[in-house]
Amino acid sequence: MRFTADRPRRAPSPTAYDAAFGQTLLSPDRPQPSCVAGPGGKAAVKRFNVYRNNVTHSLVTALTEIYPIVTQILGEQNFRMIARDFVRAHPPTSKLVLEYGRGFAEHLADFDPIRHLRYLPDVARLERAWLDAYHAADRAPLDPAEFAALPPQALAEIRLSPHPAMHVIESDYAIHTIFTAHRSGPMPRRIDAGIPEAVLISRPLLRVEIRKLARGQPVFFKALRKGAPLRQAASLAMEQDPSFDLVEAIGLTIESGAFSGSGFPPPN
Amino acid sequence: MMKRDFTRTTVSNGRFPAFDPVGRAGASFKPQHIEAIAGQSASIGFLEVHAENYMGAGGAPHAALARMRDILPLSLHGVCMSIGGLAPLDREHLARFAGLVERYEPFLVSEHLAWSTHDDVFYNDLLPLPYTDVTLKRVCEHIDQVQEAIRRPMLLENPSTYVIFPESTWKETDFLREIVSRTGCGLLLDVNNVFVSATNHGFSATGYLADFPLEHIGEIHLAGHDEQEDDEGAPLLIDSHDRPVADPVWTLYEEVIARCGPINTLVEWDADVPDWPVLQSEAAAAQRILDRSLSSAASERSHALHG
Amino acid sequence: MSTKATLSLAYLAGAVATALASSAAAAPLSQEQVDAAMKAGKEKCYGVSLAGQNDCAAGPGTTCAGTSKVDYQGNAWKFVDGGTCTTMDLPDGRQGSPEPLDRDLPS
Repeated sequence: MRFTADRPRRAPSPTAYDAAFGQTLLSPDRPQPSCVAGPGGKAAVKRFNVYRNNVTHSLVTALTEIYPIVTQILGEQNFRMIARDFVRAHPPTSKLVLEYGRGFAEHLADFDPIRHLRYLPDVARLERAWLDAYHAADRAPLDPAEFAALPPQALAEIRLSPHPAMHVIESDYAIHTIFTAHRSGPMPRRIDAGIPEAVLISRPLLRVEIRKLARGQPVFFKALRKGAPLRQAASLAMEQDPSFDLVEAIGLTIESGAFSGSGFPPPN
Repeated sequence: MMKRDFTRTTVSNGRFPAFDPVGRAGASFKPQHIEAIAGQSASIGFLEVHAENYMGAGGAPHAALARMRDILPLSLHGVCMSIGGLAPLDREHLARFAGLVERYEPFLVSEHLAWSTHDDVFYNDLLPLPYTDVTLKRVCEHIDQVQEAIRRPMLLENPSTYVIFPESTWKETDFLREIVSRTGCGLLLDVNNVFVSATNHGFSATGYLADFPLEHIGEIHLAGHDEQEDDEGAPLLIDSHDRPVADPVWTLYEEVIARCGPINTLVEWDADVPDWPVLQSEAAAAQRILDRSLSSAASERSHALHG
Repeated sequence: MSTKATLSLAYLAGAVATALASSAAAAPLSQEQVDAAMKAGKEKCYGVSLAGQNDCAAGPGTTCAGTSKVDYQGNAWKFVDGGTCTTMDLPDGRQGSPEPLDRDLPS
């Protein structure tokens, strides 16, 4: 092929080293990049595989540390096989491994051989939220004095700032029982996983706290989190469940540290 | 030998105590050791953390680090900047890194001659690069950006590698020297990495150190490695940081200190992390070597004054 | 009549007052108390170590090292026994381990 005069002639550039590594690091069946070798032209198969292994092992290990309970439930060896598939399909895009593994719950849900462990994806969501709460920004929890001084009309209209560590997770399965059994032990002989449970996650100081929510409370806390005034949130909860206990819910609002003050939207 | 000083003592308006570490041995900080360290902070010279582990917004990690920073000098070691990549640095990551430097006022700041990100995928490993004019220029641009962001010189660490690039036209030591000359950065000499790469690629570690621009070293790293085999059955060392420092690495380290004097030295331990006394005793072994160097330097000074 | 209307201002104010009275002692610490506790290192373990809790798990940390544990090979998997999934019961009576299904695909 001839190049025309006005088109600069260029040798085909070899694939850049980072692209060459990128195409092969997570694909163990591909040959190693042609740009690498051992010393003196020696083969570099095992040598390049050190990098493949470092990448896969470190990311799989990160997933075991983000999802320690899912790891216990499946058994570490089984977990690592599933996690390896996840790493290949969804390698991280953030440089912060503490952010990794979002979407792992969906990966578990889509995986046929464990599809019958139907509680597992929600346990994973709870674990991911626990880690988010652990690293969330520091903010002092709501001071109950903010409530105490208010006249009834102002109380009805008060909106609360969700604390950065606050999460509400609802499940058709017994995620709170499963979580606390694995984290706090001892493990009961049998767990009835088919009982719906909802969890409030908060971190008033440094310690992540996990509370099981009673009926109506998830609606109440989710409404408050979205900025609903107190009376509206309470009304929604009562409409959903006549047994909703407002005193208990307000007590939990204070005790849990799930909110950081009044005012919505929260300050940055 | 004229040595440059890369340590930065505090400018903090009293936010943190000022430390001026000279010839100290430190250890990787792991959160499980916090109470042991707090109970006997004099048992260690300084602590080093990976910057990325403190890039969450708040919570326990920052509380722990602030507490350690109150009682010990801190070194900040980045592992994900991807300085050796062809792609531009991640601005957001750079800003987070600079934010940590400002927040914790570390006396040393370092990163790696390696890359970890391509096409928005983060590989979570320190990957190697060829040493060519093209990569030299790119690495220097990246270091300039880091140093502008943190407003101080950084230290660049020599890598441990398992493959070579036939296209490389620079020796690693010359490549590092040229980077120092172009950017004004300092170097973090990882003696274990020298030993690992020398064994893996069949060159002399002593020869490498003879070529290394020792006058620009601001910190030394020591760590343990594992031994495996390459395709031909030759030893292939893995920089695993999961065991004590090997004897030949101690020997090389003593030679370096004999030539350079007492340079702040870190013992790294990242996997299968033992109880604090084990890690502390590794650092104490480095401290004894540094102390010998400090005392011989002092006696030389005394001879010069009174002799 | 909707429940919204039954939630009177007086009822709400009463509920808040009752909750405040009973939970005053249980309220989390103020920012000043938080700062003081952090300064004094009162929060042991910096993860969790309440009595009866053993969960100091703090998520993943970085490493600047390689690994000698081989983990990258192959596409095959075969589930092995182990894990606590065998202790969990579901309404349809199913429980137990992952399906004993092998995958051993050529690449």
